[in-house]
Amino acid sequence: MSKLIEIQNLKQYFPVGGSLLKPKYVKAVDDVSFFINRGETLGLVGESGCGKTTIGRTILRLYEPTDGKIFYDGVDITHVDMLPYRRKMQIVFQDPYASLDPRMTVIDIVGEAIDIHKLAANSQERKEKVISILERVGLNSEHANRYPHEFSGGQRQRIGIARALAMDPEFIVCDEPVSALDVSIQAQIVNMFEELQEEMGLTYLFIAHDLGVVKHISKRIGVMYLGKLVELADSYELIFHNVHPYTKSLISAIPIVDPNEARTRKRIVLEGDVPSPLNPPSGCRFRTRCKYATDLCKESEPELKEISSGHYAACHHLDRVE
Amino acid sequence: MSKVLLDMQNVRVSFFTPAGEVKAVNDVSFQMNEGDVLGIVGESGSGKSVTAYSIMGLLASGGRIVGGSINFNGHRIEQMTEKELRKIRGNEVSIIFQDPMTSLNPVYTIGNQICEVITQHTNKSKKEALARAEELLRLVGINEPKKRLKQYPHELSGGMRQRVMIAIALACEPKLLIADEPTTALDVTIQAQILELMNELKEKIGMSIIMITHDLGVVASMCQKIAVMYAGKIVEFGTVDDIFYNPQHEYTKGLLRSIPRMEDKEHKKLVPIEGSPVDLLNPPAGCPFAPRCESCMKICLRQMPPYTTIDEHHYSACWLLQKQEFEKGGEKA
Repeated sequence: MSKLIEIQNLKQYFPVGGSLLKPKYVKAVDDVSFFINRGETLGLVGESGCGKTTIGRTILRLYEPTDGKIFYDGVDITHVDMLPYRRKMQIVFQDPYASLDPRMTVIDIVGEAIDIHKLAANSQERKEKVISILERVGLNSEHANRYPHEFSGGQRQRIGIARALAMDPEFIVCDEPVSALDVSIQAQIVNMFEELQEEMGLTYLFIAHDLGVVKHISKRIGVMYLGKLVELADSYELIFHNVHPYTKSLISAIPIVDPNEARTRKRIVLEGDVPSPLNPPSGCRFRTRCKYATDLCKESEPELKEISSGHYAACHHLDRVE
Repeated sequence: MSKVLLDMQNVRVSFFTPAGEVKAVNDVSFQMNEGDVLGIVGESGSGKSVTAYSIMGLLASGGRIVGGSINFNGHRIEQMTEKELRKIRGNEVSIIFQDPMTSLNPVYTIGNQICEVITQHTNKSKKEALARAEELLRLVGINEPKKRLKQYPHELSGGMRQRVMIAIALACEPKLLIADEPTTALDVTIQAQILELMNELKEKIGMSIIMITHDLGVVASMCQKIAVMYAGKIVEFGTVDDIFYNPQHEYTKGLLRSIPRMEDKEHKKLVPIEGSPVDLLNPPAGCPFAPRCESCMKICLRQMPPYTTIDEHHYSACWLLQKQEFEKGGEKA
């Protein structure tokens, strides 16, 4: 299996004021490395502000990375002209209400990329192309001349997906694509992502905060906390044999859809809030909320180590964590 | 047998829009006892929020209770004037909104906003109200309450703001707390904190809670009874165990099938409910779920099914259940 996407020590800092001599940064993503194999889905989970969306956007070079390297199919794309790669790398956004231009018809929304890359010789061909993509995502030719406001949330997300598919991409960043949808519609869209992957051999980076959905669709899952990857493993391994204290509390915090289990389950309720990324704690960033934290965690930052084949975790006290 | 706190009978709420009448709540009936935690689940637009808001007489412009009766703690809500309603809002029944970022007033301090409720409904002086506000902040687990009273909402995190909202809602020890998606805007670890807090406070104060949510996981861990709503109607009502382990309505079954479960050990394909939610401006003639229902029969498209009682607290509106009932009756005879 070949690596389609790889990031090495990726850093993404955003300047937020401070003085000229002493600028301040939000370290949204700080020294993160991982890879995604061709045809695979990697899930990224974490709470708001942990940097999961930023990683997705930086991989597409929608932000210029502060440091580190991004590889696409073995080629370093950290500083190259992205135009040829935009056809291969696409994104589906979270909010289907905000990510479609209300003044454009569906045919223009989906067709815009076709125009930019000059993939259609004439308007007839363009129309045929758009309609075939719409049919692929469960819409039809009747929908082509309508505006976004005429659609429900689930249908809009289908339009967003059609737009991403228009270029016949290899890699799609799915940035919380189902969080804004109702449960019954969520399942339709999740299934569609799976079917499209099978048909077209797509590779996904699937970003979400709902671990149930992420586990369902991903082969491997990475857990992020304050700009750092704290654990990465095969999805079943991560849900059932996780080792990092943050992953454990994150999973135990998710309400289980089963009243009997909910009654007997012991929750690990974390104290306090996520610290500000402007001023993250020294050493291990999770230590302020971690019950296993010692002086060592304050002084040095734990590295992401491979603890068993394909299972990585960053914690000094893995032997003590229950 | 505990006392009935809330009795909704055939409540109908409509919004009159330029495009026509939207029947947001269409013939909803249920009862709640003191100390009950009732979950209302459903998709957006199913009328779950409007049902709860009607108990407080809080309807957006154009909205009106057009039928039925709401009997809450000895008050007939649908007959009360705005002035009378203001006396019970925040006092006997209060509400926590979904979005803690927008439901606090940004130009008043936290202390000011909590005290407003207290001075409105009690004879307490400003000083006493402040002392009570401090006590409330401590109750909802906010550290350094004295300092927080002087702060503005933007100085607090989302979880903290939701705690302040809860403090405001609890200021007059209401009989009923309506929580409208109280944790949807929060992260899961913060959600766990808030749910834990609500559970504790329920015991301490002895209030009833109506929990509006679309998250079945939240309902499973918080509620005793559940009303499943679809297109302005309660399609199924029962205890948590009834709904989760013995669902009767096709919509409830579909909902439970369509959630990816974290605890599953193997990859199962999700079974979505096909189609899209109903357009309330043009609701179908019969059962509103019929156009999306796999077991739809002819009668479903023509006529709304009556409720079938499954057992004491469990009932559901579906023609299939009526049919089973009929066939069972036939066998006996």
